[in-house]
Amino acid sequence: MAPVTSDRMEVRSSDDVVRVRQQVRARALEVGLSLVDQTKIVTAASELARNMLDYGGGGVATIEVVSDGIRRGLRLVFDDQGPGIADIQLALKDGFTSGGGLGLGLGGAKRLCNEFSIDSKPGEGTRVTCARWK
Amino acid sequence: MDRIPILKLGSALLVTIQVDMHDRLATALQEDLTEKIVSARAKGVLIDISALEIVDSFIGRMLDHIAAISRMLDAETVVVGMRPAVAITLVELGLSLSGVKTALNVERGMDLIRRRLIETEAADGAGDE
Amino acid sequence: MIARPQSNLLAATLAEQGTTILSVWSDRLKKSGALASGRIREAELQTQCRTVLDLLTPAVKDGVDAAQPAFAPLRDFLADLSRSRAVQGFTPSETATFVFSLKQPLFEAVSGTKGADPTDVMRTTWDVTQLVDALGLQTIETFQKSREETIIRQQREIAELSTPVVKLWDGVLALPLIGTLDSQRTQVVMENLLESIVSESAEIAIIDITGVPTVDTLTAQHLLKTVSAARLMGADCIISGIRPQIAQTMVHLGVELNVVSKATLADAFALALKRVGRTVVAVKARELPAS
Ligand SMILES: Nc1ncnc2c1ncn2[C@@H]1O[C@H](COP(=O)(O)OP(=O)(O)O)[C@@H](O)[C@H]1O
Ligand SMILES: [Mg+2]
Repeated sequence: MAPVTSDRMEVRSSDDVVRVRQQVRARALEVGLSLVDQTKIVTAASELARNMLDYGGGGVATIEVVSDGIRRGLRLVFDDQGPGIADIQLALKDGFTSGGGLGLGLGGAKRLCNEFSIDSKPGEGTRVTCARWK
Repeated sequence: MDRIPILKLGSALLVTIQVDMHDRLATALQEDLTEKIVSARAKGVLIDISALEIVDSFIGRMLDHIAAISRMLDAETVVVGMRPAVAITLVELGLSLSGVKTALNVERGMDLIRRRLIETEAADGAGDE
Repeated sequence: MIARPQSNLLAATLAEQGTTILSVWSDRLKKSGALASGRIREAELQTQCRTVLDLLTPAVKDGVDAAQPAFAPLRDFLADLSRSRAVQGFTPSETATFVFSLKQPLFEAVSGTKGADPTDVMRTTWDVTQLVDALGLQTIETFQKSREETIIRQQREIAELSTPVVKLWDGVLALPLIGTLDSQRTQVVMENLLESIVSESAEIAIIDITGVPTVDTLTAQHLLKTVSAARLMGADCIISGIRPQIAQTMVHLGVELNVVSKATLADAFALALKRVGRTVVAVKARELPAS
C-alpha cells in the first residue's frame, strides 16, 4: 500500500512538536476526516512526537496519506534512535511514566487511533506507527 | 520571549490561551500565575481554552498543576470553553481533569467563582461570631 | 500486460472504424434493454458511448494496460458515469453491461480489418478482452463504492433525524432516546448533544433512555464518555429512565460512579430546574383564574 503523499519532519524541539501537529491537521483535513477524528489523530501525534522528544532524544515523524482502494486514511510513523522501551506492555499502561508525566501518552494514542503498533529494541530506538481511517 | 497575558477581572484572574502551547510558554504561564494570584489576592483563576483545537496530556498536566497551585493559594481554577471535539478526545485519552472546575464560557465561570466567594465569606463570617 | 507499440491494429481499427463501432455498440445496448428502465434517454446513452470511444482511441496508441496514465481520462469518465448511475438507481449489471457490451463490436471490427495478419488479430482480440474486462471491473468497483457511501451517509442522517435534541428550558436540554442504540448511532447522537450544549449554552442535559430496551457494553461506555465530555465542557448530564437491566450492565462496567440518574424524565427535569435556580410550585386555588 503506497502512500499518496508523505511528509518527513524532524522533531528536535518543542516547536517542532507544534509543527508536526499543524501538518497532521492539514493532512487530516485533506483526507476528509471528521472534526472529531481530526482532533483525535492530531492529539495522538502530539503525544507521540513529544515522547520522541522527551525519551527518544528527538527523531523523525512521517505523515502519510494512505488509501486501501476504498477508504483513505492518515498513517503516522515516529522513529527515534533513543534508548528504546524495555517493557512495551508496561509503557502502554495508563499511569505508567518514567519521566514525571501523566503516563497517558502511549495508551491514549492507541485509543485515539484505529491502528497502533510499537516496535522497539533497547539500545537501538523506537518506532511507533498509528493510523486513522475515514 | 512571548508570554500569555493575565488579566484581572474583579476578584479573579483571566487567562486566554490562544496560541499553540510549547514548553517555555507553559512554564512561564505557571510562574506568572503563581505570582499574580498572590499579588492580586485573586480568589479565582479562569482559563479560557475556547481557542484551543486540541488539549494533549502536556496541556492537561499544566492545567492540573495550575489548579493545584491555585488551591494552595486559596483560589479556585475554572477551565472554560472547551470545544466538544476536544472534550471527546480528552475523555478517550483518559484525562479527567478532576482537579479543575469547568464552565461553558467566561461569564458562567465568573458566576462559579462569585458563588464560591459568597459561600466562603458566609462560612468565615459565621466562624467569627 | 506488455505494451506493444509495434502492433497498432487496435488503434488503427478504432481510428478507421470508429463510426461503425459506435453504431453497432449502441444498437446492441438498445437491444439488450438499456433504455427500457427509462432512467436514461437515447441521446444521453449515445453521448456516453461516443465519449468512451473518443477517450479510448488515443489511449490505446501506446498499449492496452488500463492502469497506464494514458487511460486516466477514460477511467475518470467511467468512474463518474458509474457514480451517477449508482445515484440514479441503475442495477450493477446494467452498469457492467454498458462496458462489457463494447467487446463484441470491437472483436467484429478487428477481425473485419482487411489484410490483417491472423496472429495479429488473435493477439488484439485477447488484448481487447483484457482491456474491456479491466475497465468493466473498475466500473463495477466504483459503482459498489458509491452505493456504500450512500448507505453510510443515509445511516448517519437517520441517526441524526431520529434523535432530536430538545430545549426544555433556558439552559436545560433533553435528548429522548428511542429504540436500540448501537455504538455508531450513539456516537452521532452524542456528538450532536455536545454541539447543542455549546449552541444553546446549556448547563444541564438530560439523556432520557426510557425508550431504550437494552444497551450493550460499548454503548453504555459511549453514554458515560458523553457525560464525562459534557463535564469537561462545563455542563452536567442527568440520565433518566434507566431500566433495571441497563442498570446491571452499567454496574458490571464499574461505572455507577459520577452519574446522576433519575427514575423518570419528569424527576430529572425537576432536578434540572432546581439546579438552574427554578422551582415548580402549585398555583393556589384563589390565584386560579375564575372559569
Ligand atoms: N520514544 C520513546 N523512547 C523511549 N521510551 C519511551 C518512548 N515513548 C515512551 N516511552 C516510555 O514509555 C513511558 C510512557 O509514555 P507515555 O504513556 O507517553 O507517558 P509519559 O510521557 O507521561 O511518561 C514513558 O514514561 C517512557 O518511559
Ligand atoms: Mg508521553
